[in-house]
Amino acid sequence: METFMEYFWAFVIGGGFCLIGQLLIDLTKLTPARILVTYVMAGVVLGGCGVYEPLVDFAGAGATVPLTGFGYTLAKGVKQAVQEDGLLGAFTGGFTAGAAGLTAAVVFGLIVARCFKRGDKMS
Amino acid sequence: MKMTNNEYDKLTKKYSPNTKMYLTLPKAFVIGGLICCLGQALFNLYTYLGMTELHARSVTSITLVFLSALLTGLKLYDKIAKHGGAGTLVPITGFANSVVAPALEFKTEGFILGTAAKMFIIAGPVIVYGILTSVVYGIILYIFQIMQ
Repeated sequence: METFMEYFWAFVIGGGFCLIGQLLIDLTKLTPARILVTYVMAGVVLGGCGVYEPLVDFAGAGATVPLTGFGYTLAKGVKQAVQEDGLLGAFTGGFTAGAAGLTAAVVFGLIVARCFKRGDKMS
Repeated sequence: MKMTNNEYDKLTKKYSPNTKMYLTLPKAFVIGGLICCLGQALFNLYTYLGMTELHARSVTSITLVFLSALLTGLKLYDKIAKHGGAGTLVPITGFANSVVAPALEFKTEGFILGTAAKMFIIAGPVIVYGILTSVVYGIILYIFQIMQ
């Protein structure tokens, strides 16, 4: 039952983040790039305020998989780095914490570009 | 057929796609929710295999990015995204897709100015403003720290 609730809340909260994104697309005509930028910045701010951490404890991947979760990761990394290294940490924490996702995107992007054929049109 | 601008506006709104919110909203919710459930399953698997919570989250992100890259290469991600809308955009898989799709699409312009430059066409702004916000947050934290 506990596992079921874990997936249930991951589904509901994660789906909720996507629902808000879809509302933004449908109602405001924000471009995808702007939505992603907004989500990451919102994640950093919410993470910084301490609002996001309880949500992660509650919804697990429902909070970490949406791009707000990436922002939260950046904020968490900066917090830890500032505690350890002072002002230097403000400059190192973000990239250090975000490294896994960013590096994966770059590396797999290059591999796919190398190995796969282009589609007919850009979509 | 004569019509005023106002009538024309109404007509285009009526026939333009993407405004059927009773379809786009639940689809985004369900597909986005399912992607998060996949993330939860991976996270549970990795913690079961003995990883710390922090490592399991990172490896989950890497796995999702890998899956998204693979599906983008196979042209399947776009097909899912047609239904998913924000459900496939907002999760980290959408971020990965925004990197991999132009990397693949622009390889005809070369691996330097095509693939490598264009892969950041959407991810670039995300990284720039994400990092900027995190630096501002870090400086505020630092100021609080030295005042105590």
